[in-house]
Amino acid sequence: MTKNALATGLIWLSAILVSGVFVWLLSDILIHGLPRLSWMFFAEAPKNAGRSGGIGPIIVSTVLILLVAMVTAAPIGLATAVLLSEFARYDSVFGRLVRRSLDVLAGVPSIVFGLFGNAFFCIYLGLGFSILSGGLTLACMVLPILIRTAEEGLQATPNDYRLAAAALGMSRSAALVHLLLPSAAPALVAGLMLGIGRAIAETAALIFTSGYVDRMPDSLFDSGRALSVHIYDLSMNVAGGDASAYSSALVLILLLLIINSIAMGLAKHWMHRSVVTV
Amino acid sequence: MKKLGIVVTLIIFTGAVWGFLRTKSDDTNIEKLVLTGSSTVAPLAAEIGKRFESLHTNVRVDVQTGGSSRGVSDARTGLADIGMVSRALKDDEKGLHSFTIALDGISIILNKANPVQSLNKQQIIDIYTGKTLNWKAVGGNDAPITVVNKAEGRSTLELFLHYFGLKNTDVKPQVVIGDNQQGIKTVVGNPDAIGYVSVGTAEYEASQGAAIKLLPLDGIAASIENVRNRSFPLSRPLNLVTRAEPVGLAKAFIEFAGSPQVNDLIEAQYFVPVPR
Amino acid sequence: MSLSRADKQLAALLRGCALLSAAIVLLILLFLVKESWPVLRHVALTRFVTDTSWHPVDGLYKLTPMLSATLYSTLGALLLATPLGIASALFSRYYAPPFLAGCYRRLIELLAGIPSVVYGFWGLTTLAPLIGRLHPPGVSLLTGILVLTLMILPTVALTADAALAAVPVAYLRGAAALGLSRWGLISGVALPAARSGITAGIMLAAGRAIGETMAVLMVAGNVVQQPHSLFDSVRTLTANIALEMAYATGDHRAALFVSGLALMSTVLVLVGTAEVLSRERHHD
Repeated sequence: MTKNALATGLIWLSAILVSGVFVWLLSDILIHGLPRLSWMFFAEAPKNAGRSGGIGPIIVSTVLILLVAMVTAAPIGLATAVLLSEFARYDSVFGRLVRRSLDVLAGVPSIVFGLFGNAFFCIYLGLGFSILSGGLTLACMVLPILIRTAEEGLQATPNDYRLAAAALGMSRSAALVHLLLPSAAPALVAGLMLGIGRAIAETAALIFTSGYVDRMPDSLFDSGRALSVHIYDLSMNVAGGDASAYSSALVLILLLLIINSIAMGLAKHWMHRSVVTV
Repeated sequence: MKKLGIVVTLIIFTGAVWGFLRTKSDDTNIEKLVLTGSSTVAPLAAEIGKRFESLHTNVRVDVQTGGSSRGVSDARTGLADIGMVSRALKDDEKGLHSFTIALDGISIILNKANPVQSLNKQQIIDIYTGKTLNWKAVGGNDAPITVVNKAEGRSTLELFLHYFGLKNTDVKPQVVIGDNQQGIKTVVGNPDAIGYVSVGTAEYEASQGAAIKLLPLDGIAASIENVRNRSFPLSRPLNLVTRAEPVGLAKAFIEFAGSPQVNDLIEAQYFVPVPR
Repeated sequence: MSLSRADKQLAALLRGCALLSAAIVLLILLFLVKESWPVLRHVALTRFVTDTSWHPVDGLYKLTPMLSATLYSTLGALLLATPLGIASALFSRYYAPPFLAGCYRRLIELLAGIPSVVYGFWGLTTLAPLIGRLHPPGVSLLTGILVLTLMILPTVALTADAALAAVPVAYLRGAAALGLSRWGLISGVALPAARSGITAGIMLAAGRAIGETMAVLMVAGNVVQQPHSLFDSVRTLTANIALEMAYATGDHRAALFVSGLALMSTVLVLVGTAEVLSRERHHD
C-alpha cells in the first residue's frame, strides 16, 4: 500500500518540479519579451541590426524552412518506418542496419550537420545559401526522430489487426491506411511534435545553410534567416540586442503553439477516420 | 468528397511552391553581391548593405557568417565577392587585398562589485598565467579569481597575448568564451571574474546598467574615444578582403563602406570609424 | 505472407526510402573523413590521445579531456532526464485529471521547440550565477548537465507518453480486474509493455544530448581539462568545434573535424553496444 502512495507522491513531485522549472523559463521570456511585442513587430523588417523594427521576413523564412523540412522528411520517414515495421523481419540485417544508422544519425552534432549541409547542399548540389538547403539539412536531422517514433507506434499496434485484415483479404497497403496508421496516430503525432520542435529550435545547422540574410525571401532559392538564428545573433553577437532577442523568442513560442495546434487538429481528424475504435 | 478536398489542397500547395520557385528566373537584371566571414563584422556589413541597396536600384547585398577564416577562404576561391575578416591579414594571406572599415578596441572588464579599480601590466600577466590566484593579492576581496579567456584562434585573443607577451599555452583560464556577449554575461554573473571584450560593446553594456566596469590599460581609460584618437593601445582592424583589385559592384561597395556616409552605422555597432 | 503485386511495389518503394535514410549517415561520415584528411595525413592518431594538451595553433591535439566531458555530460543528463521524463509521461497518462494532463503535455511539447540558444542564454544568465554562488566559476559540468537535462526531457517524456498510449486497454483493464494498485499496474503491466518505445525515446534523447552544441557552449565553461568535480569547467567535443571553427585554418580546422570523427566513433560504439545488449523479441 505504501509503495503505491510513495510512487504517487514521487510522480506528482516530479511533475511539479519539471513544470516549475519550465514555467520559470517561460515566464522569464514572457516578462522580457512582451514589452516589444506589437503588430508592427510581426510585420516589419528588422532595422538597426535587428534592435528595432520587426521580424516579419524572418517569420516567413522560418515557416518556409519548416515546410521544406517536414514535406521532405515526413514521407520518407513514414515510408522507412512502415518498411521497418511491416515489411522487413525485425531481425533482418537490413532492418538492423537501417535502425542503427538512424540511431547514429540522431547523435550527429548540429554543427556537423551545418557544415555537412553547407558542403553537400550549398556547394556540391549548387543550391547555395538558401531556404531549400536549410530545409533539406533539417530534414536529415529530423528523420531519425520521425522514423523511430513512427516505427514504435506501428510496432505497438496489436497483431490481431493485421491477422484480421489478412483474413478479410485486405492488401497490406489497405490494412496500413485504414487500420494500422490511424491506430498508431498518437505515436505519429508525438514524432511530428518532436520533429517540428527540433526543426524550429535548430540554430547551428541553419547558420551555415539557410544563412543570415534577413530580407523577405522571394523564392526558396533565396537565403533566409530563421528565427533561431536571429535570436542567436541578437543575444550573442549584437550589442544591445537582448530585448529583441526575448521578443523573438516569444514569437517563436507563439508560432510553435500555432503549428502544434494545427498538427494536432489534423491528427485528430485522421484518427476519427479509423475503422477500429480504440 | 474528402478525396476531392485532399486533391484540391495538393494542387493549390504545389501551385504555390511552383510559383515560388519560378520567381528565381525573373531577376536576371539584379546584381548580387555576396559577403561571407566574420560574425563580428556581419551585422555592420548587413546594415551598410541595406543602405547601399537603398541608394542603388536592382542591387542585392547578401551577408553570410561563418567566421573570419571562412571569409578569407571564400574570398580566395571566389565563393564570395568580398570576405569579412575581423583581424589583420596573416603572412600567408598577404596576396589578398584588404580594406579596413572600422576599428575595434579591446578592454579588460571586471564585475562592478569588485573593489579593484585598476591593474598594471604585470598584475594582469600574473593573473592570467595563474601565478596570482586570489583577488586579495591585488587589493581586492578574499576570493578566487575566475579568469575568462577567449577561444583559440580568435583575433582578440591573439592581440591580447601579443600585447602582454604571452603564449596561449601559458594562460590558465577557468572559463573560455567565444563571442563578446558571452564574455560580458559571464563577468556579469560572477563577481570574481576578469575578462576582455570589445571596448564598444563593454562601454554600451555598462551604460545600460550591466554590472561590469572597464579597466584602464597603462593608465589610459578604455573608451571608444580613446580608440578613436589612437591613444588606447589595444585595438584590432575590421577588414573587407578581396582576391584581386576590386571592380564594379564590389568596388562601389567597398568605397561606400569606407566613406563617411556610413560612420553612423559603424558607431551604432559600437565600433570606431577609421579616421580619414 | 505472400504479397500482392501492389504490395510488392510498395515494398520496393519503401526499401528505397529506407536506404536513403541510411545513406545520409554514410555521407556525413565520408564528409568528416574528407575534411580531417589534411591533418590525419601527417599526425598519427595516437597523438590525439597522448599529446599534452589541446592547443592546435601550437600543434598539440589532445582530445581525451573533451571526450570525457561529452560522456559525463551526456550520462549525467540521461540519468536525470530519464526518470523525470518517464514520471512526466506517467503523470499525464495515469495520475493527472484530464485537463491538467492536457496542459502538461502541451507544456512539454512547447519546450521541445525552444531553441538551444535560449536554453543556453537562460543557463548563462540565470542558472550559472546561482551555481557560481555555491562554487565558482558557475559555468561548469553541473550547469551543462542541468541544461542538457531540460533539453532532452521533452524527448523522453513525449515518446514515453506515446508508448504508454499504445498499451492495449485490455491489459490495463485486466490488471485492474486483478485488483492491482495503480503503481502495481504501472510497474507490472504498462511500463513493461511500453518498454521498447521508451527505450527508443531514450536513444533519441541520448543522441540529442551528445550532439548538442550551442547550449553547452554557453554554460559549461569551455576549458579543456579532465573534469574532477561537478563544478569544474569543461569543454565538450561539439562545443569545441563550434567555438574554434570560425577562426580555424588549415591543420587546426582539420583537427576540429577529427574531433567530430571522434564523436561519431563514440556514438557508433554506444549504438553498437546497445544493439548487442538488446535482444527483444517482436512479432513478425
